[in-house]
Amino acid sequence: MSGSLGRAATALLRWGRGVASGGLRGPGVRAAGSGAGGASAERLDALVKKDKVVVFLKGTPEQPQCGFSNAVVQILRLHGVRDYAAYNVLDDPQLRQGVKDYSNWPTIPQVYLNGEFVGGCDILLQMHQNGDLVEELKKLGIRSALLDETEGQDSK
Amino acid sequence: MELSAQYLREKLQRDLEAYHVEVEDTTPNRCASSFRVLVVSAKFEGKPLLQRHRLVNACLAEELPHIHALEQKTLTPEQWAHEQQK
Repeated sequence: MSGSLGRAATALLRWGRGVASGGLRGPGVRAAGSGAGGASAERLDALVKKDKVVVFLKGTPEQPQCGFSNAVVQILRLHGVRDYAAYNVLDDPQLRQGVKDYSNWPTIPQVYLNGEFVGGCDILLQMHQNGDLVEELKKLGIRSALLDETEGQDSK
Repeated sequence: MELSAQYLREKLQRDLEAYHVEVEDTTPNRCASSFRVLVVSAKFEGKPLLQRHRLVNACLAEELPHIHALEQKTLTPEQWAHEQQK
């Protein structure tokens, strides 16, 4: 299993502009764009707490502009997480810097679960590989699609 | 301040009392100065991923403003030994 996950990881990180397949942006994905207007700590605090799953990306879920941001989008998609807020920092330089100050984390993408900063692409990928992400999603009341896949295989 | 893989490797080794460090300059594959690092250190024991990565970030605080992307793998010596057995 670790072998195939390793290959999956490499595939996820491979740059893919406009690689999002049709229907990727489900009805729940909110690309809040540049309406963020300013990036004070209070405002960011409100943004990351407004939704269970919040990501700050370069680009959008439909068109990630960076391999690492794309990896985050693909991982969420693998787990069937359709309802999340995605903020494009390329649209808003203040947001781009503000979110880094808020989390004291130097890079984008940034992933927040239940209002708490979880990490960037590396951490999300490792959580995906070691099963932690399924657990964290479960705590939020989100059932990972991967659970259904595994169960399907076990029952054969 | 020199931003080379070697420089980063030595700094990480020193500051994190690392058992093993690998630094790969991934700049050719990305749009700007980028690195992939593997750090094996007992200092990571009992710490969740985010804390480990923050330790690395703190170590490279001076260099990070000049680095576009940093990929990190942080393992304890035990995890590293386990990985090598695979």
